[in-house]
Amino acid sequence: MSTHEVNVAVNGTPTATTVEARTLLVQLLRGPLGLTGTHVGCDTTNCGACTVLIDGEPVKSCTVLAVQADGSEVTTVEGLADGEQLAPVQEGFRQCHGLQCGFCTPGVLTTAAALLEQTPDPDEAQIRDYLDGCMCRCTGYQMIVDSVRWAAEHPADEEVAS
Amino acid sequence: MGLIGSPVVRKEDHRLITGQGTFTDDLVGPGTAVMRYVLSPHPHARVTAIDPAPALALDGVIAVHTVEDFGDYPDLPGPEPAARPVLARDRVRFHGEPVAVVLARSASIAADAIEAVEVTYEPLPAVPTLAEALAPDAVQLHELLPGNRLMDVPVDGDIEEALAAAPHRAELHLVNNRCAPTAIEPMTVLADWTGARLELHASFQAPHHLRNYLTEWLGIPQSHCRIVAPDVGGGFGSKIQWYPELFIAPLLSRWHGVAVRSVLTRSEALKLMYHGRAQEQDIEVGFDDEGRIHALKMLVTQDLGGYADVTGAGLPVLTTWMAAGCYRIPHVATGFRHVFTTTSPVSSYRGAGRPEATYAIERTIDLVADLTGVDAAEVRMRNFIPPDAFPFAQNTHEAVVYDSGDFPAALTKLLELMDYDTLKAEQAERREDPDAPLLGIGFSTWLEIAGFGPNGSLEGFGHLASWESVNLRILPDGTALVTSGTSPHGQGHQTMLAQIASDVLGIEVEAITVRHGDTDTVQQGTGTFGSRSVSTAGVGLHRAATAVAERARRIAAHLLEADPDAIVLSDGRFHRQADDEASVGWAEVATASFQPLQLPEGTPAGTLEEQVYQESPNFTYPSGAYGCVVEVDRDTGQVQVRSYVAVDDCGAVINPLIADGQVHGGMTQGIAQALYEHVRYDDDGHLLTETLEDYLVPTAPDIPRFVTGRADTPTPNNELGAKGIGESGAVGSPPAVVNAVIDTLSHLGVRALDMPVTPERVWTALNEAKAAR
Ligand code: FES
Ligand code: FES
Repeated sequence: MSTHEVNVAVNGTPTATTVEARTLLVQLLRGPLGLTGTHVGCDTTNCGACTVLIDGEPVKSCTVLAVQADGSEVTTVEGLADGEQLAPVQEGFRQCHGLQCGFCTPGVLTTAAALLEQTPDPDEAQIRDYLDGCMCRCTGYQMIVDSVRWAAEHPADEEVAS
Repeated sequence: MGLIGSPVVRKEDHRLITGQGTFTDDLVGPGTAVMRYVLSPHPHARVTAIDPAPALALDGVIAVHTVEDFGDYPDLPGPEPAARPVLARDRVRFHGEPVAVVLARSASIAADAIEAVEVTYEPLPAVPTLAEALAPDAVQLHELLPGNRLMDVPVDGDIEEALAAAPHRAELHLVNNRCAPTAIEPMTVLADWTGARLELHASFQAPHHLRNYLTEWLGIPQSHCRIVAPDVGGGFGSKIQWYPELFIAPLLSRWHGVAVRSVLTRSEALKLMYHGRAQEQDIEVGFDDEGRIHALKMLVTQDLGGYADVTGAGLPVLTTWMAAGCYRIPHVATGFRHVFTTTSPVSSYRGAGRPEATYAIERTIDLVADLTGVDAAEVRMRNFIPPDAFPFAQNTHEAVVYDSGDFPAALTKLLELMDYDTLKAEQAERREDPDAPLLGIGFSTWLEIAGFGPNGSLEGFGHLASWESVNLRILPDGTALVTSGTSPHGQGHQTMLAQIASDVLGIEVEAITVRHGDTDTVQQGTGTFGSRSVSTAGVGLHRAATAVAERARRIAAHLLEADPDAIVLSDGRFHRQADDEASVGWAEVATASFQPLQLPEGTPAGTLEEQVYQESPNFTYPSGAYGCVVEVDRDTGQVQVRSYVAVDDCGAVINPLIADGQVHGGMTQGIAQALYEHVRYDDDGHLLTETLEDYLVPTAPDIPRFVTGRADTPTPNNELGAKGIGESGAVGSPPAVVNAVIDTLSHLGVRALDMPVTPERVWTALNEAKAAR
């Protein structure tokens, strides 16, 4: 199988990795790049546990070849916080119990971060619709919705009490 | 203090929201080999030949093994003589049963290798349904178990008399659809036995239980084995089974001198992780004009799948125990039979036997309401066990003694929250208006058995014992370390247990670390299932903390030169007496506890530690009243859940955030069972729902916003008053939804619909009913 060099900026850091052509983006992230926050929950692009942002857009990284991401900027759950400062959406999940086992959470967080970027003040129906590609088996979604609302009400520039 | 009952934000979250979780597959080190199964494409077949040569010829393939290579080891633990071999032996009994295992240097090589192994099958007829398996001439799955039956417990015939004596009698055949628990993290195992000791990380709900079985199976001392259940990505009852990879991966690691990783793909998990429910019930009910139930008879037929799992075999036992729900029924008789089919094995899924019981009795109650014309809420009120009747010995089984409850109060609260009278009026209007969607209101006033902890309750399911073990240790600086034998997979034990300890000790939640899931560092453990963690480990920790606080009080008295009986512990400080300024904190007391020179004479160092093996005097019986309102599109049969209200009685709540989260998740699984999810096989026994494309796990737009309320009757069986809440939502929800859908059509004479209530089923029922009028 042929190999290729893939250059992606992951969470702001440039990387260069040689991969087999069939390597998926999620395999590149979890394997050579050691970013295990992004998870795999299915093999049919249904669960969304693998969602990352490619140039700001939420994408299921199990359905993108690593070579397709060449030249792009990728944000994973590890890149959402600003150093020690959690992103509003992360703080929202903590405050509103938006996660239980936490396995789906990285994909839900990255998707929700993209939603808030596009629609800073989404209503419940908009949140539910936007998260349609994310399966969570634990929470029943309501507290995920509440977490995203919390983030909308506490944007990053405001001081967050923990 | 007063932390019990507070919505404390979870201690476990920070790691998980920053991508620092440690799920099993996150822990893979360099050089780890990959194990994959070769799966049978046939549901039932003789395996006549396996040729590993083409796979072995591939670069990077380390080995291919078949069942013969495991000849020195027994079959997987399970009820004889239907126990499952570690890999198929001569014959496969369900679609996807592993026939060989491949070990390769990388995941992609392993993927190529499983395709390259050549297996020759001689297909046999499949028996994918209960009816086919029970047919007199059915092909036999296990030679020693004729009739495809494991166990038969017949219904006591005396019930016929009571049924005959009742003014009315009705029958009901119910199908509790087969579900796939579908934790989002599939089963994952990482085994390293390259050194002297076996180290195994696994996505598992009961690490010590696994240690006990695995070491016996391997024939090694328990002290030579460390099992770790790190972060576990959901379980719902599906990660306590004896999956073959738990046994095979360690041996492959030993034999080939590499660490071994096994991660099921989702399509593999949908075949290989055990399914739940898969039960049918034949019910007869005797009742009068007022809707009072006189007699109930139920025969449960439990599909076991191709092999018997010990918990799977226990499901109908729990169903029959809980057959009468929250009602006082003068005559109840139940029986069950286990049936083998050529399908994936069946075992526990959130609620395990109790959702099935709840569905049976709650559908029966609604049938009685429809047949008598008495309102569905009123029929329930008339049959409830009254609040002054507790403890209530239910007449299903001698072990079943309900602890506490106030069912009329819970239902009354539900009706208020739903605004039932207004809904009834709206429903009547909708029925008159052919352009409006039909409206249905469904109830489920349910009760379940939980808190698995009484001696003997888990031994029958193959556990060492039924206690839960917890250890509390005050460190020299006055912070605390708790180790718990119950190991969570999303339930927030670190927070829940820290709250309980903090409540007693006054040490901040942040200063209490809770560890679990590692057999090397946690004394012993039973596991997380059966809504048991609060009523066993939580109660045990409460006792441990109380004992430690008492010993600390004596040390504090010595430091303060005061009377120990006068010492008051408040806000984490020991005061000489109430309202006395003179006090010492945990730090001083804890330090002193390790310094013999500071201790009262005769007090040894290190007494601020306590270990408890907590048993329970009885089960707990969480209950609740759930109400569901649905709309049905008259043209398409599409069901939309418009609102959903849940009044739960789990006794005392430790953390309302976590409790609500448990209920929401359970209700979502219950709604999904009622409307969407169904593991389906085709007529030839091939699994149709092989991916999440076909097996319909709901996402956010499919699920309504829930309204939750609480009824509160603390259990007298433990000092916390807590009954448990992990399974409530899944137990109570399916009949609320199905009753609501049937209620949309009941005026047309529709009395039954099977789960999942798909648009097609609703549309067909609606049109057949219309045609019949
Ligand atoms: S892993 Fe499920 S969608 Fe990517
Ligand atoms: S938190 Fe467990 S799957 Fe979402």
